[in-house]
Amino acid sequence: MTTPELTIPQTHPRVSATLWVGLVLVGLHVAIALLSLVWTPYDPLGMTGGRLEAPSWAHWAGTDRLGRDFFTQIMLGSQIALVVGAGAVAIGGAIGVTLGLLAAFASRWLDDALAATLDILIAFPTLLIAMLVVAASDEANLFTAILAIGIALSAIVARLTRILAKRVLLLDYITAARTSGTSWMGIVLIHVLPNIWPTLAVNFALQFGLAAIAEASLSYLGLGAPPPNASWGHLLQEAQGTVYTAPIGAFAPGLALVILVVGINLLADGLRDVADPTRSAQR
Amino acid sequence: MVLFALLRLLPGDPANALLGVGATPEQIAAARAQLGSDQPLGTQFINYLNSLARFDLGTSFVSHAPVLDEIGNRMAVTLPLTLLGFVLALVIAIPLGVIAAVKSQTWYGWLISVVSQLGIAIPVFWLGILLVTVFAINLRLLPSGGFPLRGWQNPLEAITGLLLPVLTVALVIGASLLRYVRAATLDVIDSDYIRTARALGSGFTEALIKHGIRNGSVPIISVLGIELASTFLGAVVVERVFTLPGMGSMLLLAIQQRDYPNLQGVLIVSTLLVLLIGFAADMLQRLIDPRLRDRVQAPT
Repeated sequence: MTTPELTIPQTHPRVSATLWVGLVLVGLHVAIALLSLVWTPYDPLGMTGGRLEAPSWAHWAGTDRLGRDFFTQIMLGSQIALVVGAGAVAIGGAIGVTLGLLAAFASRWLDDALAATLDILIAFPTLLIAMLVVAASDEANLFTAILAIGIALSAIVARLTRILAKRVLLLDYITAARTSGTSWMGIVLIHVLPNIWPTLAVNFALQFGLAAIAEASLSYLGLGAPPPNASWGHLLQEAQGTVYTAPIGAFAPGLALVILVVGINLLADGLRDVADPTRSAQR
Repeated sequence: MVLFALLRLLPGDPANALLGVGATPEQIAAARAQLGSDQPLGTQFINYLNSLARFDLGTSFVSHAPVLDEIGNRMAVTLPLTLLGFVLALVIAIPLGVIAAVKSQTWYGWLISVVSQLGIAIPVFWLGILLVTVFAINLRLLPSGGFPLRGWQNPLEAITGLLLPVLTVALVIGASLLRYVRAATLDVIDSDYIRTARALGSGFTEALIKHGIRNGSVPIISVLGIELASTFLGAVVVERVFTLPGMGSMLLLAIQQRDYPNLQGVLIVSTLLVLLIGFAADMLQRLIDPRLRDRVQAPT
């Protein structure tokens, strides 16, 4: 008698094409940013060509209004986008997760107050809150931009953390842990954070994209890192003035930003499927 | 009250803001006296409530014009921009979102989803610049920016000035709305009541129209509320691209010039609008879904 062969359902998460495309696009930017630390085609500040040259073999994306190589500037822009994205997500994540956990554990009254405040803050776009934080500080620089965007993002993170944590806190094993005398800190570190971490990580990836766009917008509005920092937003703002003669300048930095953000969003989608396989099966 | 607290917390000492970095202590003290920020917080709060009740938002530090008048002028640009952009976004997003969900297996359903993915990754200002390049510079169809000085006295001129900005707003908001509409429609398609309606003999489209719209619109409306609010508040970037004299450019200018009364005025009016929109969205949801009406008393 033969035992019927059991087909074990595949339990390990399927790494989707989305994740790979996302990884490649984001990886490309990281590689360019790293490369630009040690090598760029031209000196970023040097006037290496005529003014507003069209793209050529010597200058892949042409030159700007001061004759600086545009491709070099775009490469350097990668650094700023990635640094601001990472920095802002780190700050927003730290503040947001702390606040969210605090709200989830707090008394009813404090929780309601925090939840209501967060609801109002979320109605304000990230950019607007970031603008106000920049306005509150004395000068606009790269760190202010990171801090401002981080603070602006923290409301979104806090709200998500609060909802996720509250859901976990209702589960039976939390009651068990409490009864057996685990401290608040222990419950957070052992039970809550590991459970909500995958969802938070996906959200952080999305926030990274938001932060990159917010940074470009701040720089575009003249509230980001001051020149000669080659933020894509700043490049676009300069290029808009010369769009009649050199349209490439108004195109290339935006394309770089969109590639980065699409890459991050795809990466987040892919990560979500890995973190929560039931979701990908639904659609 | 929350706003009062936030405003006191946020942009630092208004006197510093007014005078900039190089001010002497005497100048700062004088500015504080003028602004009333040397008074105790309680007195400040009462003064603040007092002027709010009289709809007095003070006068600008820079132009010395009443803040409320300035806001009124600029609303004439930002409100039409926001509302037209939003309506156009709905016109784009709802049909396409439903198609993307119902026909998710076809190539065009897939294409709509991909394009909307791209749409949410595109920064507003870049889309604006691209539209200017195509429509104003290459095709020479529309002005690249600006708004007639005489405002709406020449409606045709005003409308042409707003066309590209409205299109920019509509495409960006539309792309993000589309994804919500698609998700909501997918939920509706998978739902038990649609299956029941189909089992009882109604066609798919009929079931979708009769039961789907009412059910699917409830989650959409809360998103719409948030999106409308952020369209209004996000106008700052679009107004900069097209050099429109709206609320957003007023805010930006107020920040750059440290024009504290103007900044506060814009924030107060914006916050009121945001709250109002949220309230309206809430009411609308209750109107559509009777189940929400019973929960009026229940805490969230």
